[in-house]
Parts: sequence; C-alpha cells; structure tokens
Amino acid sequence: MALLELVDVTAAYGPVQVLDGISLEVPEGGAVGILGANGAGKTTTLRAISGTVRAGGTITFDGRSIRGIGPERVAALGIAHVPEGRGTLTQLSVRENLLVGAYLRKDRKAIPSDIDYCLELFPQLKNRIASSAAALSGGEQQMLAVARAFMAKPRLLLLDEASLGLAPGTARTVYQAIGRLRQESGIAMLIVEQNANLAFSLVDTATVLETGRNALTGTSAELKGMDEIRRAYLGG
Amino acid sequence: MGTFLQLVVDGLSTGSIYAALALAIVLVNQATGLINFAQGGMAVLSAYIAYVLVQWGLPLLLAILITILLSFVFGAVVERTLVRRFERGDPDTAVVATIGILTLVTGICAWLWGYNNHQFPSLFPLSSFNFLGAVISWRSLGTFLVIVAIMVVLQLLFMKTKLGLALRAVATNPESSAFSGLPVGRLLMVGWGLAASLGAVAGTLVAPQLTLTPGMLDTALIYALAAVILGGLTSPVGAVVGAWLIGILENLAAVYVSFIGYDLKVAVPFILILVILIFRPQGLLGRKVVARV
Repeated sequence: MALLELVDVTAAYGPVQVLDGISLEVPEGGAVGILGANGAGKTTTLRAISGTVRAGGTITFDGRSIRGIGPERVAALGIAHVPEGRGTLTQLSVRENLLVGAYLRKDRKAIPSDIDYCLELFPQLKNRIASSAAALSGGEQQMLAVARAFMAKPRLLLLDEASLGLAPGTARTVYQAIGRLRQESGIAMLIVEQNANLAFSLVDTATVLETGRNALTGTSAELKGMDEIRRAYLGG
Repeated sequence: MGTFLQLVVDGLSTGSIYAALALAIVLVNQATGLINFAQGGMAVLSAYIAYVLVQWGLPLLLAILITILLSFVFGAVVERTLVRRFERGDPDTAVVATIGILTLVTGICAWLWGYNNHQFPSLFPLSSFNFLGAVISWRSLGTFLVIVAIMVVLQLLFMKTKLGLALRAVATNPESSAFSGLPVGRLLMVGWGLAASLGAVAGTLVAPQLTLTPGMLDTALIYALAAVILGGLTSPVGAVVGAWLIGILENLAAVYVSFIGYDLKVAVPFILILVILIFRPQGLLGRKVVARV
C-alpha cells in the first residue's frame, strides 16, 4: 500500500478551478516528482495535501483520510511541508528555526544530535547557527527550510521548488544534500520542481501536470527527454 | 544632589507605570506580531473588575489574582471572536481593529461604572522612607519591584521556554509554523490571554495612583508606546528600560531645562522617539528586523 495516495483531487481558488482531478501515489520511502508549467497546479497539489487549501477527492496518508483536517494535524501525522518561498521564520535564529521544526517531538534527548546532523548535511549553516534567519542568503534559507522539516522526523517530505531563485551551483548543492538525506533517513519525498534535470536527479517516478490534470506519469528513465515534458513546460 | 536623586526616583516611579503597559504591548507583539492599542482599555477593564470584587468584600490580593485569571479568559475570547477575523488579512487592518476594541472597552467601562473617579486600594503601604535624602514611597518601590519581576519572567518565557519559542514563531509566520505542527490558533489565544493578564497586573498596580476612571491609561498608553519604540518592540528589558528613561528624562528636563519646564515636559518622550526612529529604528535593545526582498 502506498504511503500517500491522491485520487481525483480537486481544488479551486474562488471560481478558478486549479486542480481538476489529480491522482498520484508515493510509496513508503519513495521519491516522486511533480512537473509541469506555471499554473499547472503543482504547488496547489502540495497545499491540498498539507491542508492549506480546501480540496475535494480522496487524500489518504498511511491508510487514513487526511483531507480537510488542517495543516497542524497533517504535520502531526508525519508530513512536513517545505513551502514555496521557504517559509523561514525570519525573526528567529537558525537554531530556533530548527527547534520549531522539532516542536512536536517527544524524544527531546535526540534533538541536539539531529541538529548536529543538519549542520553536517548543510555545513553553510554551521557558522550562522546563532544569527537571525533573515540574514541568510536565499540558498542558506532553503537549506534551513529543508533542515527544519527534517527536524520534525517526518515520514513524508513535501518539497516545493527548492531551486527557485537559486544560482545553478547552489541549487545543485541543495539537491545533493536532499539526495543524501533521502538515502540516510529513508523519508519519502514528493517534490515539485521546475528544473526537470534537478528533479530527475532525485525522483524514481514523476507525474507531469497540465492545467490541473495528470498529463503523463512514468519512471524517471521513461520520462527523461520525452517531448511531452518539453511541451508541458513550454506550454506548446 | 538631593533634588536630582528625588527626580530620578520619581521618574522611575512614573516610568514603572508606563513600563507595566509597555510590557503588555511587547508581549502581544512578540506573540501575535501586532501592536495592540486596546491594551490600555483592557487593563482598565481589569482594574474595574478587581474594584468590583473588592467592593464585594474580597481581600485585595485575592481580588487581583482572580482578576488576572478572568483577564486571561477575556483576552483569549477577544482574540478568538474579534481579532482572529483580521489575522489572515493585512496587519494594518488588525491594528485598526484593536483601536476599535479600545473604544468599545472604554465605552463599556464608562457605561457600567461612569466617568467619576473611584478610589482603588493599594497593595503597598502609602508611607514612605528616606534614602540618601530622597523620599521614596513604599508604593513606588513595590510597583518598581513587581515590574522588574515581570520583566525577568517575560524575558525568560520568550528566550528560554518552548512556549515562548512557539509564540514567537507564530508571530513571525503563522502558516509556516503550522507546517511544523504548532497549534497556531491556540497559541494566538494564549498570547492574548497572557497579555491581558499582564494588563490586569498593570491596571491594578497603577489604579491607586491614578484613581480609577475609564480613560485612566490613555496617556500612559502613549508613553508606553513611546517606551516600546525607544527600547525595542522585541525586548521586554528594552521596553522597561525605555519606560524608565522616559520617566526620568521627563522629570529632569522639567527642572533642569528651563525652556521646557513642567508645561512642555510631555514633549520629551516624543522628541526622544523622533531621535530614536532616525538613528536607531529597532530601538535601544531591540533586534533589527531584516527582510530580504
């Protein structure tokens, strides 16, 4: 059974239908990509899962319906959402951001060693641990956002456009670290990404969205270099 | 020297009144990201509640403790029923809503208890003692010490506890905090409840000195806002130091700067605000809020 399953999920912002019946599955420990052009519904799909947008259809996590239960309870079940724009708590220090990530955890003794692990994964954050998160560069903020999500020890990570606004080299560094995190932690991941090459470096399978529907679903190997991918992105 | 010391002591005494309210403003700001103009009005309402309880024959200290509890509930209810409607929108709208609440609460107090002054009993003895030639009232000293204690507790709450961290996280970014599982709605209610409790302490602490009227804290609110700007919106210690500075400087300027005198001393905090906003906008002890665009 899949860890996360979406069947015919719909969502609208007012009268504008954004999701028109999305279906996808993320297996336990798997990594799935959501690709597509701007406005295809990628971010909204993640928001429907984390409960920040009202959705229709079925969304089940670990066998139970999570549709409509609200972001706090979704988080408590083990889904960590790294939103587009990173959602950094700018007025808190880097360490405090990580502690907020661990807010729901009961194993308080393990938290310091997990912070150390984050700093090893993202060495750039080490020197900034006491500084305000607002003072970080875009790349460092993205690293912090991923690290904070990891601190919750989730079973599923929702990752929205981790490369957005980053220099190509920085984006690669971030994705390499996420890849390592995946290998070492076994956390399942659902990844929205504009940059198809970065996405394929991480995911096993992917679905391509077009105006709120699944246009195409397949393994990374199948999808790589397909014309439909190019078309979906260029809107041609 | 005796005059100077007396002026400083009196300044600390009035400064402590501003400080009580300034702490409540910092608390709401740290916990919800808002400036709450209703803080003064809510503190006055609390003082009236304590007044009624004392009229019913309860001992003052017990009346104050009950008031603190009731105020917590009242603050949480105000957040849940009124302020929450504005929290998702523009912060400026929410601030205007707090001004509306101030007017409403002041009006309710006047409607229930009238505009006449009521004598409010003091927790501390009214006698005074001499210290290095300055006359210090026990009441001023008591107020001063209570303020210091609250300041320390708040600083510890925000910087050392999990609740404080969660309150600050929600104030910074509620949606993102929810992604980490923080109960955003409940934390905002707790923030308002705590601030209202603190307002109750402030109100009952200063009511004996100012005598109880619906507009008792209107002036103090302006000074408290000045103190918060001076000391820093993010720092309980800064807000209290700012309030004391204003109290002291106001007194000193009245006596030592001849063209200011007692008539113009009210202008002193505003001149200070102007200077601070130009040279150190984050306040003396506040953290700079940096935003990348």
